[in-house]
Amino acid sequence: MKRFWISVLILVVVCLAGFAAYAWKPAIDPIEPPQRAAFDKLLIEKGAVLASVGNCTACHTKPGGKSFAGGLAVPTPFGTIYSTNITPDPKTGIGRWSEAAFSRAMREGVERDGDHLYPAFPFDHFTLVSDEDNKALYAYLMTRHAVESRPPANELPFPLNLRFVLAGWKLLFFDKGAYREDAAQSAEWNRGAYLVEGLGHCGACHTPRNALGAERKGAHLAGGEAEGWDAFALDASSSAPIPWTHDSLFDYLRQGWHADHGVANGPMAEVTGNLGRLSDSDISAIATYLSSRMGEPTPERAAAAEDIRKKLSIDQGGTPIPASATTGSPTSRGGAIFQAACATCHDGSRPQPFGGIDFHLSSTIATRDPQNAINVVLFGLPAASGRESPIMPGFAATLTDDQVADLLGYLREAYAQKPAWADAKAKTADTRSGKYRVSVQPSDGIERSPDNVGAKD
Amino acid sequence: MVKLNVNGTSYDVDVDPATPLLYVLRNDLKLNGAKFGCGLGQCGACTVMVDGKAVFSCLTPAMLVEGREIKTVEGLGTIDDPGPMQKAFIEQQAAQCGYCIAGMMMRAQALLEAKPDAADADIRQALEPNLCRCGTHMRILRAVARARDLMQGKSAGNMAPSAATGRG
Ligand code: FES
Ligand code: FES
Repeated sequence: MKRFWISVLILVVVCLAGFAAYAWKPAIDPIEPPQRAAFDKLLIEKGAVLASVGNCTACHTKPGGKSFAGGLAVPTPFGTIYSTNITPDPKTGIGRWSEAAFSRAMREGVERDGDHLYPAFPFDHFTLVSDEDNKALYAYLMTRHAVESRPPANELPFPLNLRFVLAGWKLLFFDKGAYREDAAQSAEWNRGAYLVEGLGHCGACHTPRNALGAERKGAHLAGGEAEGWDAFALDASSSAPIPWTHDSLFDYLRQGWHADHGVANGPMAEVTGNLGRLSDSDISAIATYLSSRMGEPTPERAAAAEDIRKKLSIDQGGTPIPASATTGSPTSRGGAIFQAACATCHDGSRPQPFGGIDFHLSSTIATRDPQNAINVVLFGLPAASGRESPIMPGFAATLTDDQVADLLGYLREAYAQKPAWADAKAKTADTRSGKYRVSVQPSDGIERSPDNVGAKD
Repeated sequence: MVKLNVNGTSYDVDVDPATPLLYVLRNDLKLNGAKFGCGLGQCGACTVMVDGKAVFSCLTPAMLVEGREIKTVEGLGTIDDPGPMQKAFIEQQAAQCGYCIAGMMMRAQALLEAKPDAADADIRQALEPNLCRCGTHMRILRAVARARDLMQGKSAGNMAPSAATGRG
């Protein structure tokens, strides 16, 4: 018996040692912060475009704060993580990181000093980024304004606050390695896949996550969650009433809205805003790849879309319902609210993006979860600063939770021909109180301003 | 028939319940402070308070605010006895044509009731949905800062010069 326990002990020690060897990463020596002149101008420009594909600013800039100086609180189911300072400040940023250290962070999710990074930093996607692109990103970031600013300490419970634990997470969920071309597909498709799966990290929001916060392998791009918003499915289960095509995806990503789908909202606004820097050919590549992931719509979906098109060309707008918000069924109460408060803009008579979307077209109304609809009804779409943009007033101060639920129930039944969401009222209450946090952004979403994060009241 | 409580008075108004609150206020109750600008929630000229919060009355059907406390600019004071918000706007000569001013005052009032010590940046942010076609924003911001100080019992002398409100 004693020998048995000794062998168990030895086994445990060996396993621990093996794990420690796997988990341990060496520090990479600090360097003297490089001078701006050390970087080629064209390389910096390329890096700027790539940084916008990576949407680096979204997480690494605090609302109202200096670009890339970090400190944004990223709420996760496990606790709050604060984004790091990626300006070239030598003390608090990445000023002393060599290009090798930067590439390792992208490739393996490891800091210069050897600490593991939390997967809130999407290294599971960035691992696909090529060496040349990392070089350009490094050149771009190392030539930004250095800002001395240390983010607050992460608020994570034991044992998640111990970074070596992340090595275990990586062991389970992380596949390291550069993008591998799919020879069966076109060059454009491969370019799109490289951007979407790598630097663009679309799956970070659009793929559901498992209990340990890793993207679920079997549900790639099947719809996830981001900053309090439902990130729609980008596969065959897409909720778009009119199926996406290469061309509509291209237009939407290029201009931030599409007549068949509406205006980018929530964190997606930031994405389309950022993609403004990308070339047409790269956006087209993304559209090619994503439309192939969505596949050809089923005959039923195509027929339903045809129906919607017919309906819209005959009568603009929904089925009129007699106005009575206080009596009658929830649906008729909701219909009355719609007619009185929403129809002025949403009757489809004014073209998008400045007119409101006709809800026959709305993925938000057709999707499985009421969250996005609640977010928009309560908080609206704030105006972008200093330029024209679509806006919508929020109705948090006007509508009670019951009224929001009635309204959404009506929209579901009248426009999506689906039953009312059962959890609309409870979710409205949690969203309104701020228990469920939502980031609210203008439709161009390029800059995070201090006023557009979280429940407003 | 809709039952409304406006500036502390109850009214039974004989209107279609879907009528925008703005029309009820102006046409039926003859409270002409709130203005019609766009009817689309884009300008703020129609802003009033409902249960202490600023709302666009043009997009608020009367039926949604039955039994709730509605306050309009007429509820802030009278010509003979203006309230602190109104006093501040007069002192700072914040109105040009005046069309936007009632809405500005109501949104500012809602802010200061919720946050009496609002910073200049808070004021600027809160007033963001309200437009002034005359462009007297700087004076409006100053007036609201002044109203804040008046409400906190400060006198004219000690208004801190502020970067946010700038020059008028
Ligand atoms: S009239 Fe109500 S916002 Fe313009
Ligand atoms: S004073 Fe004329 S619109 Fe503001």
